[in-house]
Amino acid sequence: MLSTFRRFTATIREINQRYSKPHIEMSRAVKLSLLSLRIYLFVLVGLILYKFVLMLN
Amino acid sequence: MNLFSKLYYHFRRYWKAIRLYLVIAGPGLVVMIADNDAGGITTYAATGAKYGYNLIWFLLILIPVAYYVQEMTVRLGVVTKRGHAEAIFDGFGAFWGWFSLIDLMILDWLTLVTEFVGMTSALHIFGIPAWLTVIGVVALMSMIMLNGRYWTWEKITMVFCALNLIYIPGAFMVNPSVSDIFSKGLIPNFPGGFNGELFFIMMANIGTTIAPWMLFFQQSAVVDKGMQEKDIPWGKFDTLLGSVLTVVVAIFIVIVTGTVLKGVDIDDASQAAQQLMNTNHYVGAFMAIGLFDAGLLGALCISLASSWAFGEIFGWAHSLNQKIKEAPWFYICYFFTLVTAGMVVLIPGAPLVLITLFVQVVAVTLLPAALVFLILLLNDKKHMGEYVNTFSQNLISGFIVIAIVILSTLYGVSVMFPNLFH
Repeated sequence: MLSTFRRFTATIREINQRYSKPHIEMSRAVKLSLLSLRIYLFVLVGLILYKFVLMLN
Repeated sequence: MNLFSKLYYHFRRYWKAIRLYLVIAGPGLVVMIADNDAGGITTYAATGAKYGYNLIWFLLILIPVAYYVQEMTVRLGVVTKRGHAEAIFDGFGAFWGWFSLIDLMILDWLTLVTEFVGMTSALHIFGIPAWLTVIGVVALMSMIMLNGRYWTWEKITMVFCALNLIYIPGAFMVNPSVSDIFSKGLIPNFPGGFNGELFFIMMANIGTTIAPWMLFFQQSAVVDKGMQEKDIPWGKFDTLLGSVLTVVVAIFIVIVTGTVLKGVDIDDASQAAQQLMNTNHYVGAFMAIGLFDAGLLGALCISLASSWAFGEIFGWAHSLNQKIKEAPWFYICYFFTLVTAGMVVLIPGAPLVLITLFVQVVAVTLLPAALVFLILLLNDKKHMGEYVNTFSQNLISGFIVIAIVILSTLYGVSVMFPNLFH
């Protein structure tokens, strides 16, 4: 069990290392798009959490 | 004689083109018709029942929307030889890659549950218990999956795609008014004024036309099929034909419910099938068979989208051309998602309505990200070469993506806060 877990985490680490750097050219437009996406998702996840809290209450 | 030889020459030429297309045909047709899944059938049935033929024009607009988005996955898959998940990991790094993969996994599993809900409720009309439907579906899908060839899987799936056309004879059987369809359906109009309820239905129709799993599925299917750059025009045609067929099927569903059930509140397609049976037994039966087929097609494709994505990232063998011994994790992943989703439907009192709503909310977090990544990847000259997006392609697809992001976000928000737009 423990060895399976270790192997799994090693695989995840290996994947993270393999894709540590983005290979797409990071132009200003790409950076701006990714920043907008982060903000969008941040707001949306916030809304989902808010809804979840509302449902719990 | 000269005329006959010319005709024969043209016949041979077109026949050769058709045969070539039949070899290439598949990913575009399958993904588009599978897009009319159980949730989609419910949305179209509700659209027809609520607004009659009045929103047919809106469905027609969705043909280019679906085509332009999905066509990009063909080019990306053919040129990079990578599935969508791997393309995101490679292009944008591990953070965005994990975000997309985990989101896809959750969304696909939840959508798979809704497909089982559709299939069990469809066969329940014929007196088949839910447990028997789930076992039967898993057995059928296992047989289709384990034949060891992508080609066979695709052609069997295309038979189920053909069954999706069952709504067309169904629509003719209810004797709709053709003049009403043309006068009310083809002229853009907002029945009852542009209000929150109408907006919700329109957004739901967009949501069922473009789903995140479709991007992942078609790109991986293009790679698994081994399509080459010379096949891109046929891949585009395949996608266009699929977009037209999916909307045609949607329109015929709207015609059926718009003719027979106008003014009736429809919560799900099986309810529509049951009510149709009271008017015309065969049309109701067609609706139920179509719903089962839609759920099965959705399940066939959605579970594959996840397995392909995980295979790409974890480095497992992940092709339908490989036997279970050669790609064990790919098949384990496939059957795990399939069986667990099927089991949820059998749990007494499982929150199926909540799951259906949650699918729409989670889709909103993944869809904009997947679409933005798609556009950015298609603009990467280094990887795409001559197949990079042109200015006009960027203009059209950019406009479509922005519109989908805004509308699907509003849809997701309106699902969470239903009173916001009323």
